[in-house]
Amino acid sequence: MSAHDPAELAAARPDFAAIAAWIPQGASVLDLGCGDGSLLRYLQDTRQARGYGVEISDANIIACIRNGVNVIQGDLESGLSGFESSAFDFVVLSQTLQATRHTEALVREMLRVGREGIVSFPNFGYWKNRLNILRGHMPVSRDLPYQWYDTPNVHLCTLGDFETFCGEHQVHILERRVMTGGSEISALPNLLGSTAVYRFKRAA
Amino acid sequence: MENSVGIVSAQRATFDTPLTCSSGAVLPRYELVYETYGKLNGDKSNAILVCHALSGHHHVAGQYADDPKSTGWWDNMIGPGKPIDTEKFFVIGLNNLGGCHGSTGPSSIDPQTGKPYGASFPVVTVEDWVASQARLADMLGIEQFAAVVGGSLGGMQAMQWSLDFPERVRHVLAIATAPRLTTENIAFNDVARNAILTDPDFHGGNYYEHGVVPKRGLRLARMLGHITYLSDDAMADKFGRGLRSGKYNYGYDIEFEIESYLRYQGDKFAAYFDANTYLLMTKALDYFDPAHRHGDDLNKAFAAAQANFLVLSFTTDWRFSPERSRAIVKALLHNRLNVSYGEIASTHGHDSFLMPHAHYHALMRAYLERIAQEFSA
Repeated sequence: MSAHDPAELAAARPDFAAIAAWIPQGASVLDLGCGDGSLLRYLQDTRQARGYGVEISDANIIACIRNGVNVIQGDLESGLSGFESSAFDFVVLSQTLQATRHTEALVREMLRVGREGIVSFPNFGYWKNRLNILRGHMPVSRDLPYQWYDTPNVHLCTLGDFETFCGEHQVHILERRVMTGGSEISALPNLLGSTAVYRFKRAA
Repeated sequence: MENSVGIVSAQRATFDTPLTCSSGAVLPRYELVYETYGKLNGDKSNAILVCHALSGHHHVAGQYADDPKSTGWWDNMIGPGKPIDTEKFFVIGLNNLGGCHGSTGPSSIDPQTGKPYGASFPVVTVEDWVASQARLADMLGIEQFAAVVGGSLGGMQAMQWSLDFPERVRHVLAIATAPRLTTENIAFNDVARNAILTDPDFHGGNYYEHGVVPKRGLRLARMLGHITYLSDDAMADKFGRGLRSGKYNYGYDIEFEIESYLRYQGDKFAAYFDANTYLLMTKALDYFDPAHRHGDDLNKAFAAAQANFLVLSFTTDWRFSPERSRAIVKALLHNRLNVSYGEIASTHGHDSFLMPHAHYHALMRAYLERIAQEFSA
């Protein structure tokens, strides 16, 4: 995947386009678990965003630097104490929520450091996943590419689970987009959507 | 040697404009020795300044023609095809003012007295060094550095550049450094200084005219320093509890391998380094504190900076710990500056920044390639 071609990236990662659509020109963005920096690069190129990534892996730190994005090496599980409160317009957690151990604390930290939070995650309630379970096996798919024994995903959830979580944690959902293979899903999202993207803020 | 800049020679620059130091003392005239590697490009946009740490100097890479063993102190980082690639960059190393490798320092002859400066050489600070380095840049016709790079005390100079000359540095690479020394660090430096100051051969800093050198003090200072630059694990791995004769001798001669190593390092250092320079360098470390004049607010101190930063630390470096680097990063983030931070897993303690660690070098290479794209594009 070439990080320098926005069109190619948007096709490969539909959640990128959805996230970018919510980010106004020139906004400041903190991308938690930013991987090789593709999303930040995309937001820099398409939204002139001022961004920083947080990554734990050595290889990804180098990939981010090659991609020309700012990256801070650190472990999300130990919190965001290196970042001041309300320092960013947006704090993004893209396809990482399900792999965090201290999920509650991290969402709280996202809304301390950012004005708004954006998360994307694979919907465990997607019908193909349900079908796999019915057949007696953990789902393995493009969105969930791991075997049960080697997956980093420790907190998989459905759209319904996440929305209940938000209600119980003073998180106010502003917008939601649900997708399957790049197409927008509007009917029965918790059943028909493979990936969800949420924009939220602290409940008043 | 592969990828070496090859045979190099030092050059000397003389400055006749008086330099007023932070202390108020004035140096009417001084010399700086320096070396350069690679070629300065047409618009002079590819220059990198390498600032040295406590015991460093201008001989950063390559060898001298008359001594094949004289490899520069950061030769593993600098050369054709190396992370700081001399095919792309014009690299400058200098010996700081107050040094003992050719630049004007306590062991130089004071033209006013015809004798070595000794105790009368002013205590110089990181700010003073940066001011003198800027004059060297002027002389070489470099208006803006592509990068200023340094580890430890060298990293402090690199950061100071971004504060004192914000328009003259595009990138700062601050490695294994700190926004100021911790109390414990100052304490270590004070023990080192006391070893020198209480050596009977010190003569108040004017030992040159007595034909002696406070070697015992300097040796102890270096032994202490050396312990703090390594990690407990690195020392245990290298020496363990190994005994030179394989058994206890119930005496005070060298028995453990580590004792032998430290004494050897101390002796080697004391044979070539100047004790007054050691005192001066440790003081420069202690005084460095850009937040001090901003009400101890590091965020305010970095408000002047415009450069892009790469900050690197090493996990086992307890003298300039990752926590200290993260404090720098936090202040840079506060000021909305571009910054990347790498925390490198290494077993070698503070000395890691001099080691050819694969990931560290890959990271440096990636960042420097980005810098090179700015002026080759």
